[in-house]
Amino acid sequence: MKAVTWAGPNHVEVRQVDEPVILNERDAIVRVTSTAICGSDLHLLDGYVPTMQNGDVLGHEFMGEVVEVGPGVDPSRLRVGDRVVVPFPIACGSCNACAAQLYACCENSNPNAGIAEKLYGHPIAGLFGYSHLAGGFAGGQAEYARVPFADVGPLKVPDGLTDEQVLFLSDILPTGYMGAEMCDIQPTDVVAVWGAGPVGQFAIDSARMLGAAMVVAIDKEPYRLSLAEQAGAIPINFTEADVRAELLELTGGRGPDKCIDAAGMEATHGSMPIDVYDRAKQAVRAETDRPHALRQAILSCRSGGIVSVIGAYGGFIDKFPVGAWMNRGLTLRSGQCHVQRYMAPLLERIQRGDIDPTRVITHTMSLDEAPHAYDLFKNKQDDCLKVVLRP
Amino acid sequence: MTARHHRTRQRASTDPGRWGRRLGWLSIGLGTLHLAAPGLVRRVGGVDDSAASRTVVRLIGARELVHGAGLLFGRNTRGWVWSRVGGDALDLASLGVALARRRGIRRARLMGATGAVLAMTAVDVATAVRAGRSRARRLMELTGTTTIRRPRSDVYAFWRRLENLPRFMTHLDEVEEIDARHSRWRATAPFGRTVSWDAEIIQDIPDTRIAWRSAGDAAVRNLGTVTFTSAPDGVSTEVRVRIAYDLPGGRLGAAVAKFFGEEPHQQVADDLRRLKQALETGDVVRSEGALWGERARKEFPQRPAKPPRADELVRGADELVRAANELVRGGLA
Ligand SMILES: NC(=O)c1ccc[n+]([C@@H]2O[C@H](COP(=O)([O-])OP(=O)(O)OC[C@H]3O[C@@H](n4cnc5c(N)ncnc54)[C@H](O)[C@@H]3O)[C@@H](O)[C@H]2O)c1
Ligand SMILES: [Zn+2]
Ligand SMILES: [Zn+2]
Repeated sequence: MKAVTWAGPNHVEVRQVDEPVILNERDAIVRVTSTAICGSDLHLLDGYVPTMQNGDVLGHEFMGEVVEVGPGVDPSRLRVGDRVVVPFPIACGSCNACAAQLYACCENSNPNAGIAEKLYGHPIAGLFGYSHLAGGFAGGQAEYARVPFADVGPLKVPDGLTDEQVLFLSDILPTGYMGAEMCDIQPTDVVAVWGAGPVGQFAIDSARMLGAAMVVAIDKEPYRLSLAEQAGAIPINFTEADVRAELLELTGGRGPDKCIDAAGMEATHGSMPIDVYDRAKQAVRAETDRPHALRQAILSCRSGGIVSVIGAYGGFIDKFPVGAWMNRGLTLRSGQCHVQRYMAPLLERIQRGDIDPTRVITHTMSLDEAPHAYDLFKNKQDDCLKVVLRP
Repeated sequence: MTARHHRTRQRASTDPGRWGRRLGWLSIGLGTLHLAAPGLVRRVGGVDDSAASRTVVRLIGARELVHGAGLLFGRNTRGWVWSRVGGDALDLASLGVALARRRGIRRARLMGATGAVLAMTAVDVATAVRAGRSRARRLMELTGTTTIRRPRSDVYAFWRRLENLPRFMTHLDEVEEIDARHSRWRATAPFGRTVSWDAEIIQDIPDTRIAWRSAGDAAVRNLGTVTFTSAPDGVSTEVRVRIAYDLPGGRLGAAVAKFFGEEPHQQVADDLRRLKQALETGDVVRSEGALWGERARKEFPQRPAKPPRADELVRGADELVRAANELVRGGLA
């Protein structure tokens, strides 16, 4: 079968690989009908996430039809022929983390837990197509994918919904929603969102859905900002304006009550020297992540506010404004999204018409065009916001 | 955070490298001092009147940096410490020559330097001897702990059926229960051939504690205990394991030590992870990168995360045995 593989930093290749087989009793094989490229894939592409290997199959946002199930899959939960969306964290459903709905911290789904434990103190769940640190699982940007613990995660799609409407339940819609949910939004809240990529867009939608008084979107790409504006947010272009001053102006000097970092470890800085400083440190691995959005969010947030981090970070950062965070009583919340927790309720919202996930799709391409698609998405060309690949 | 995390804490009490690392840092410090401030070293050492000492001090600095790097990053601690002893001997010889030629304040300073080198030599020799002894008979004690979301009685029962042990302890091939107290254990690795020994249960407190030890003339005498306690959440069980191996000297002991590798506790940690998976999910999870779930010996090197070829799946079953054989051939060569 065809699969999109990592072939070294900034290099993806569509290669012919074997079709997946059942490896564990509770596996299912899914014939992928739609899969998407995520901002997280860009971190892998650039080589900022350690333990990638040449030949790793990429992709953690996918859906399709179940074509085979292992002998341990409970038939009342999943059968051949079911149409499913697959959540990107692999979770066993029976450990203490899963019992607490912390699916992205599942204690049993990462065969390389020992490595993760060394880097992070405690292991993280296995994730599809997301490095060997996250288990070494083949991803879903392929014609077929193996799904472990298939009777736990995958969500059956009711008839009458298109792939485009439900595909993003696999990751970015729940992620954006969790970003907003972690903010404990009150009707009086001003919520600022750093990053107007697909995740940021859904954080904006969710913040509005959860009743924020005002939502502000911060990015540098005019086309992304104008999409955010159409979704009801006030745009700030951080290359043109002083973000903090602008936020103070909008909030009568208080600062936003809640801040969401949806930019992550490859954020850029409006000021050249600071950006160069962090890029240099990242290049020589003196810091692994560039935390511009995070620093700015902490410094902008009103005292006692919440900073919610859904942008991905992988290792260590420099110049974390710990003084601001501590002395002004800020709350920092974060996490890989516990997707399984949000799939069913968000599906309902889609069915009710509360939210339209298709609004972020700008490109639909074939699997063969994946290298070009990665280019467009990475370099923000052709007004690219979200690419759906159809194997 | 409400979840009780799977935690694995381990301790290995055989580490001879601690002093080696201290000496490594000392070497780095001395080397840097000799190279960065040779003038100061020559003055304090009382040899600032000799032109040749300029070169000698620099050479000593370079040598110490090599020693430091070797001790901190190299594998053979013992070799590097003996190399330091050699360096000490050279230094003492040159100091002797220098002493014979000097009087007054310089002689006093030289005496001081000689005293310092003598003290260092004593530490080096002691460390080298200690590192050497780790090749002799010694006790290797491994501990590990995890929390399993199953009642104490279930976890105890699973462990008490000793036939289950090879399902999560990868170094075991088979455990056969002979009667309520006695069992026969068989392992392939690390000896390259099948080794078996008898074990007896010496304490068995249902749902609480099991202790066993090897009986008769086991090649590697061993002793283990596992305790089961209720976690504060009321539904999970905390499992604590302690296993001690009485490693014989010579090639056998060396092969076993090599099998457990530089981080022997990792073995117990991985075993407990598999135990937890087996009990909580009924299976040991496999990924395309780490295909051999239950039988996996090492997390790295991995294969790329792409579906395996059919022949890789067949071959994998023998992987463990072959890897063990290679390990032993390498270890005993
Ligand atoms: N927590 C999770 O479970 C989870 C899930 C999916 C994605 N993510 C992460 O979310 C982040 C966003 O994902 P995406 O798919 O939207 O990616 P993306 O790359 O399309 O979007 C990132 C956006 O941030 C903007 N940006 C860069 N620097 C900025 C700055 N200093 N201030 C404000 N905006 C800045 C970029 O211009 C870009 O539009 C990534 O880090 C991704 O890894 C996390
Ligand atoms: Zn994603
Ligand atoms: Zn779990």
